[in-house]
Amino acid sequence: MEPILTADHLSVAFTRYGRGLSRIALSALTDLSLTVDAGRVTALVGGSGAGKSLLAHAVFHLLPRNAHTAGTICYDGAPLTPARARALRGREISLIPQGITYLDPMMKVGPQVRRGRRDGMSRARCREILARYGLGSEVEELYPFELSGGMARRVLIACAVMDSPRLIVADEPTPGLDSQTAGRVLAHFQELAEQGTGVLLITHDLELARTVAHKIVVLREGRTVDEVPAALFQTGEGLTHPYSRALWQAMPENGLIVDREVSVL
Amino acid sequence: MRHRLQFTIKKLVRMALLLLGVSLSAFLLMDAAPLDPLQTNIGQAALGSMSPEQLARLEEYWGVNTPAAERYLAWLSGALRGDFGVSLLYRRPVAEVISLRLGASVWLLLSAWALAGVLGLTLGVLAGANRGRWPDLLIRAACLTVSSTPSFWLALLLLMVFSVWLGILPIGLAVPIGTAAADVTLPQRLLHALLPALTLSVAGMANIALHTREKAVDVLDSDYIFLARARGERHILIRHVLRNVTLPAITLQFASIGEIIGGSVLVEQVFSYPGLGQAAVAAGLGGDLPLLLGITVITAVLVFGGNLAADLLYGVVDPRIRRGAAKG
Ligand SMILES: Nc1ncnc2c1ncn2[C@@H]1O[C@H](COP(=O)(O)OP(=O)(O)O)[C@@H](O)[C@H]1O
Ligand SMILES: [Mg+2]
Repeated sequence: MEPILTADHLSVAFTRYGRGLSRIALSALTDLSLTVDAGRVTALVGGSGAGKSLLAHAVFHLLPRNAHTAGTICYDGAPLTPARARALRGREISLIPQGITYLDPMMKVGPQVRRGRRDGMSRARCREILARYGLGSEVEELYPFELSGGMARRVLIACAVMDSPRLIVADEPTPGLDSQTAGRVLAHFQELAEQGTGVLLITHDLELARTVAHKIVVLREGRTVDEVPAALFQTGEGLTHPYSRALWQAMPENGLIVDREVSVL
Repeated sequence: MRHRLQFTIKKLVRMALLLLGVSLSAFLLMDAAPLDPLQTNIGQAALGSMSPEQLARLEEYWGVNTPAAERYLAWLSGALRGDFGVSLLYRRPVAEVISLRLGASVWLLLSAWALAGVLGLTLGVLAGANRGRWPDLLIRAACLTVSSTPSFWLALLLLMVFSVWLGILPIGLAVPIGTAAADVTLPQRLLHALLPALTLSVAGMANIALHTREKAVDVLDSDYIFLARARGERHILIRHVLRNVTLPAITLQFASIGEIIGGSVLVEQVFSYPGLGQAAVAAGLGGDLPLLLGITVITAVLVFGGNLAADLLYGVVDPRIRRGAAKG
């Protein structure tokens, strides 16, 4: 499989002004490496504050102004420079952001998904994608404040898959969705991967990651600690890194085994 | 729809009460001032040459010895029928004087108002989009300077530069001197209104620009602009920023009506522009109580009407209010 995206020893630090004029550097990502293959779903798993969203924003070259990056990001075999990222955004690389505040409150859903395009093809495609996530065409006429949280999330996902990108970065796309809709969204990701798209699925939910993804990258405090086939997290066998083992052990059913043994005693 | 109707009626009732309060307090204030209606009406010299009987008849006519409460009620009942009394200075019905003067001022006021809104919004968005760089610093410095400058001083400055030194704009009046009213052309009127309108618009413009700049900065930092960038959208300023800063700007725009009318009193004086503001000054200095009261009430109506229009327009423009009201 061809890697579509690689991050190599990526680090991100923020400068803040401390007392007086002194500047403090806070490092958020220290040493992050991962590979996303075309045609595969790669899951990036980590706790809250591990730096998952920062990685997503770094790929799009949309970090805040006071952020400094080191290390390299390559897309499709060549370094992803700011200029290249600008050219690829919205054409080949798509972001599904984490929250529902990412919709313009003053713009209707339809124009927002279509990015203002009014041609027949865009309209048809927009309707098709919304329908796929269980949203009727009347939703196109609604403003974000008229959507439920789950609907808004589906609209954000529709925005991202609107023009068949080659890489999708989905930042925790499923919280707030009912299990049926979440299943539909994840199945669509898998289908897109089968058609050759690289999918980076960011989540804190290991259970979800191992059912959907081919590969799991474990992130902890801004550092990649493990990059393994998802299958290893089914049985727990072959997991060598202690943090990965601990994560696996913390999963409900593995915990249940322990519990049962305890209750037998 | 019913919601909107109720809202409008409530606002109108409040406006009527406010007008009543404004007219009463203006009346009481003017009544407390040592003004002699007879002196205003016929002048000191003529007054001295009159017989006591004549004086008594005039005093009777202008209600000098009638109690204030009675006079106010008489004025009020007339005003409700559209009769604001007779101007002491112009010796014509107040309503006629006001409509004539307002007719001259209205283009000046309207163009100043439109200029303030359009320029303010544009400059504010430009400054916000260039936060921290020289266009932002320049626009902010200019806005802060002009908003702390008295308008009459600015008017004098503009006159000095454009009319005296450069000599490209007329030095005052609404029309060229010595031209019959029928012969005055539209370009001539515009040319005469240019400097006064500019001066009048400046204070409102600076206010709108500074507020819009803050709002634009917030919008540009928002999540939805982030996503628009991540999706490679072009024309983000027009598609997203303008859309989100226009609403607050509209409110400021309508709130600036009061400032513009207030400013016109001084600016028309400096430019010798024969409008409502100048009439207000003449009425005030000359002690023309009916005219001053009429002008006070009319300008209050304009200001309240502007605020009401802003409230109603907000409901039309903001989808959150428009659709919320339609449902509720
Ligand atoms: N603009 C910022 N300035 C300073 N620190 C930041 C900024 N954005 C994120 N961080 C820090 O980076 C770390 C990772 O954040 P994030 O990527 O959002 O975590 P998550 O894995 O939950 O998505 C957090 O500890 C956060 O405090
Ligand atoms: Mg996050």
